[in-house]
Amino acid sequence: MARPLLLDLALTHILGRKRQTIVSVLGVALGVGFFIAMAALMQGFQGYFIETVINASPHITVRDQFREPAVQPVAMAFEGGAVLLHGLKPREEVRGIRKAGTMVSDLSDWPGLSVAPSLDGPVILRYGSTDRSVVAIGIDPEREVHVTQLEDDMIQGSLTDLSSTATGIVMGLGLANKLGAKLGDSLNAISPAGVILRVKIVGLFRTGVSSLDEGQAYILLKKAQILQSRANVINQLRIRLTEVDAAREVAARIEALYGYRSESWQEANEGVFGVFKIQNSIMYSTVGAIMVVAAFGIYNIISTVVYEKSRDIAILKSIGLTERDIRRTFLMQGLMIGMIGAVLGWMIGLGLTALLSTIRFDVGNAVRNDRFFLAWSLTHYWIGALFSLSASVVAAWIPARRAAGANPVDIIRGAA
Amino acid sequence: MTAAPPVTKAPVIKARGVGRVLPGPVPVTLLDGIDLSIGEGEFVAITGPSGSGKSSLLYLLGLLDRPTSGSILLDGRDTARADAAELAGLRLVKLGFVFQFHFLLPEFTVLGNVMIPMRKLGGGSDAELRRRAEGLLEDLGLGDQMTKLPTQLSGGQRQRVAIARALANRPRVILADEPTGNLDTKSAQTVFDIFARLARETGTTVITVTHDEGLAAQTNRRVQLVDGRLVTHKS
Repeated sequence: MARPLLLDLALTHILGRKRQTIVSVLGVALGVGFFIAMAALMQGFQGYFIETVINASPHITVRDQFREPAVQPVAMAFEGGAVLLHGLKPREEVRGIRKAGTMVSDLSDWPGLSVAPSLDGPVILRYGSTDRSVVAIGIDPEREVHVTQLEDDMIQGSLTDLSSTATGIVMGLGLANKLGAKLGDSLNAISPAGVILRVKIVGLFRTGVSSLDEGQAYILLKKAQILQSRANVINQLRIRLTEVDAAREVAARIEALYGYRSESWQEANEGVFGVFKIQNSIMYSTVGAIMVVAAFGIYNIISTVVYEKSRDIAILKSIGLTERDIRRTFLMQGLMIGMIGAVLGWMIGLGLTALLSTIRFDVGNAVRNDRFFLAWSLTHYWIGALFSLSASVVAAWIPARRAAGANPVDIIRGAA
Repeated sequence: MTAAPPVTKAPVIKARGVGRVLPGPVPVTLLDGIDLSIGEGEFVAITGPSGSGKSSLLYLLGLLDRPTSGSILLDGRDTARADAAELAGLRLVKLGFVFQFHFLLPEFTVLGNVMIPMRKLGGGSDAELRRRAEGLLEDLGLGDQMTKLPTQLSGGQRQRVAIARALANRPRVILADEPTGNLDTKSAQTVFDIFARLARETGTTVITVTHDEGLAAQTNRRVQLVDGRLVTHKS
């Protein structure tokens, strides 16, 4: 009897309709549970994807490009004026990052930053009668190992084998499979500049990102410069940071300093993050829909109680309970259903996530990923609870208001 | 119950030109120009034919309804401008209702029902409230029924529980609307005996609506209504 009066009344009401209460609670619980499992699945996948991207490619790529077209001298002469140029033929400049060597040594001094120069360009790899057009990236293996975790993704050979075998090439397993080549095979690399180079596969990697695994190959920087007929040219600086999330700011700083287009990993994958956003909003609207259905259940039970208990409401009001007391009594019932539903939903979510984590896919050994990537986050549980509590309060509010506004005289006259 | 205090006639409830009109396309006048003053410890019967506005007047006096004209004064305080929450507070502290139907909450025990108004008002530990409720029930001859549910009681017993609930917060006024309407003669007499004793011994004002002439004759004042107007006003 030590319970507060209103809580006592609320408990009496929902315990009086056990079956309906259980159904309502289950509705909420399933909504919360599915949300938690779905969120774990989606965030797990997204997290895995981001990690793969971060590990496989540099955090910042500085290219020999500018975001803005070159300012023409006439525009400099009439600054702020309206300048119209016809038939402009931009000057052809030697492409590549100027003074790349100095940039590399300068950037190397920045804290938490590793930098590696590279020259990439298209080549055609020919093995037997198979041609594949790929991007050949000329790298400095000693520096490269510090900027990508490619070395960790090697399944055969090593990046450093490039140094010992001057005509070595390291490529993705997917590419090698498409070419029909394997470790130790020699093939021809043909560049747009017309240079043909005989290269030998000294390493195979698999990052899990198919555009990398099937479209990229690594050779020595010197060999790339020969292949592309661009002696001493470097067109890309690949940078790795210890603070991954600072990539955007660091990229902006580098770009402001040197003028070259510096792309952070976030910028490079913006399209994918857009897809993630859509994925997340689909998830939230699905959960929202489940919650709306659950809310109807709560609305239904509380409306029924209000209708059934109209005499009790009338007598309680005549005794001196205020409209606020009555409203609270019914809101509390909604909240109780929401809270029990949330806690039960947590358990369902936990169970579902645990179940998902035991699932293994039989995908053969070509793919490393044979399971779901699941993110366990307390935030999901709080969001689930927030969803259920707000749905239940909104659902209880309407009948609670009706109960509070009921005129006791009408009910008492009707009952007499 | 303590020894009888002298019956004073200081007005506890006063109706001043009270009228009640039901709005609608054709407005219905329930009550018109009621002037009434009821003192402390009075036992008043409101009588009249059905449809004469007896219950309407009781609900107005009990602050469950608001008059469309005039005003009700409770202990000298004009309630016309009080908001709904203030009226609820006045009902809780100063008034107690008994209806024709007992309106006990079916899920609560006899004791639990009597304690509801006490718990709302507070003013004591749970044990104190429980003792007071037990005292009230014993006083009304329900000492051995306290842990039962209302459905396990007879009609007369239920109505006595309802009276105990009305008395829970030691109100100034008990308002009863046909409290004996569903009872047999013996139980009805018991209820009226309780009311008479309350008025006499504790100075509680009792206002009851009834159409039983025999019972009305046992009160010390009768207020008769015909067509929403006061007819006789004899002491």
